[in-house]
Amino acid sequence: MSDALIRRMKRQIIKAAHSAGEWHVPSAYSVLDLIWVLYNRVMRIDPKHPNDLTMDRFILSKGHASLALYSVLTEKGYFPQEYFNTFCKYDAPMAGHPDCNKVPGVEASTGSLGHGLPMAVGIAMGSKIRRITNRIFCLVGDGECNEGTIWEAALLAAHHKLSNLCCIIDYNHSTDRALQMGDLAAKFKSFGWEAITIDGHNHDEIYRALSYIHNNKPLVVIAETIKGKGVKCMENEPAWHHRAPNNEELKAILEELL
Amino acid sequence: MRKQFVNTVESQLRNDKRIVLLLGDIGVFGFRNAFKEFSDRVFNIGILEPATVSLASGLAKTGLIPIIHTIAPFLIERSFEQIKIDFGYQCLGGNFIGVGASYDYASLGCTHHCPADIGLLQNIPGMEIVVPGTGVEFDALFKESYDDGHPTYFRLSERENSVSQAVKFGKANVLKKGSLATVVAVGPVLEGVLAATEDLDVGLLYYTTVAPFDYATLCGNLTNPAKVLLIEPFYSGSLASEIYMSTKLKPLILDSIGVPREFLTHYGHAEDHDSAVGLTAKNIRERLEGLINA
Repeated sequence: MSDALIRRMKRQIIKAAHSAGEWHVPSAYSVLDLIWVLYNRVMRIDPKHPNDLTMDRFILSKGHASLALYSVLTEKGYFPQEYFNTFCKYDAPMAGHPDCNKVPGVEASTGSLGHGLPMAVGIAMGSKIRRITNRIFCLVGDGECNEGTIWEAALLAAHHKLSNLCCIIDYNHSTDRALQMGDLAAKFKSFGWEAITIDGHNHDEIYRALSYIHNNKPLVVIAETIKGKGVKCMENEPAWHHRAPNNEELKAILEELL
Repeated sequence: MRKQFVNTVESQLRNDKRIVLLLGDIGVFGFRNAFKEFSDRVFNIGILEPATVSLASGLAKTGLIPIIHTIAPFLIERSFEQIKIDFGYQCLGGNFIGVGASYDYASLGCTHHCPADIGLLQNIPGMEIVVPGTGVEFDALFKESYDDGHPTYFRLSERENSVSQAVKFGKANVLKKGSLATVVAVGPVLEGVLAATEDLDVGLLYYTTVAPFDYATLCGNLTNPAKVLLIEPFYSGSLASEIYMSTKLKPLILDSIGVPREFLTHYGHAEDHDSAVGLTAKNIRERLEGLINA
């Protein structure tokens, strides 16, 4: 059931990218399992009241993977499927990077890397100040971990003992060609976080890691993932990073995802 | 002004439980009582300004009202993208209170000067910019605007005018009407401007809110032809486009005195730099007479 659903969502994503003529499909496929399990099995959500501050909250810091988030949000009922018909159009609510003032359920307007995690730290601190007992999740990319603000946020979260904060790292190694991040779990542990490493496409592992209770410390889940997961021509292939399929490629990919 | 800043913020912390104060490891001694009284809402967050600004936007997303305080270049120039996206684009409210202004820390050199702050922040739609001339004015302007849902920058300076005006957020004060020219003075430069214009038949407008700019007051106080002397305690000409837009296509002769757009490589005191850049009563008078005769 879950496999079939993920494939269906991937089909929706590739069709939207094809229709818009662009966008980051492999990044979306890299994180889709993580976001789906998070919304479907872990977070307390209320799609009819997306601005309810007492619910759990999620920031997609690597905003270019927006299609995965949109797909999960529509599947959970935040907005109708029809939103996909206008993806990236001039007047559309949904575009290449998520906009919290346009798309129900989108927590933060991201796209500039390195902003989401410190913002999540602020939400986690704010929840504590307001005595709201919710959990704050934030998904960042491994390339995004090059940014200094990620490590500034890591320092702050540990210092303030934000046990309501969980950072998920989409470790698809796309940044290895530029700046290798090495043992990210060890790095976060040295900053005072708890760290768990998982297969970022295994739903049971994702669920167990994201459900883990961590007291007095923030939690980082290092998710080993494959960029473009599920489509052979796309997997770990840099040429696909920011492009849409042509008609022939779309047909082949849709068949592969059946 | 800094003492009043502490008093104002402490009083608002008491009155409004939504306020959270984040200090970039400065002002810690000044706020020592606030740390005790509001221990869950006052933080010495550390020296990591970009993350602090993003963090503050996260606080705003939980319904709180953040105040971020540190030295101007680190608050504004280093964190510009965070202010632009996390506050500006996301339409979140917060308060950015910078100290140091253009060259209060004259002897610390270029790293601690910030004459570019106003010009930069004008590029963020919805950003409010306040340049009080005294501590009393800061108190009034802060209380009026701190929770209005916009990001607001308060540019504090060690320099103060000796007399406070009855300022209102978003409104210029008409201190004098005149027929030969209009002088626009911003914040702490007023003292010298008053001395320079005392016996001249010129209009004098005093601005403490520069964004949103009060176009109507300037438009209603222009001479014919419009002659405007703009006196700014930051990069010269930062408000020139606001002056032009106020004239509504009337001919305009504009002169401005402010910090020249070059690195200030000398040290000394702020007064030394005022003299060097021409922010003195004598120079203002000379330039004004030149404008009147133009």
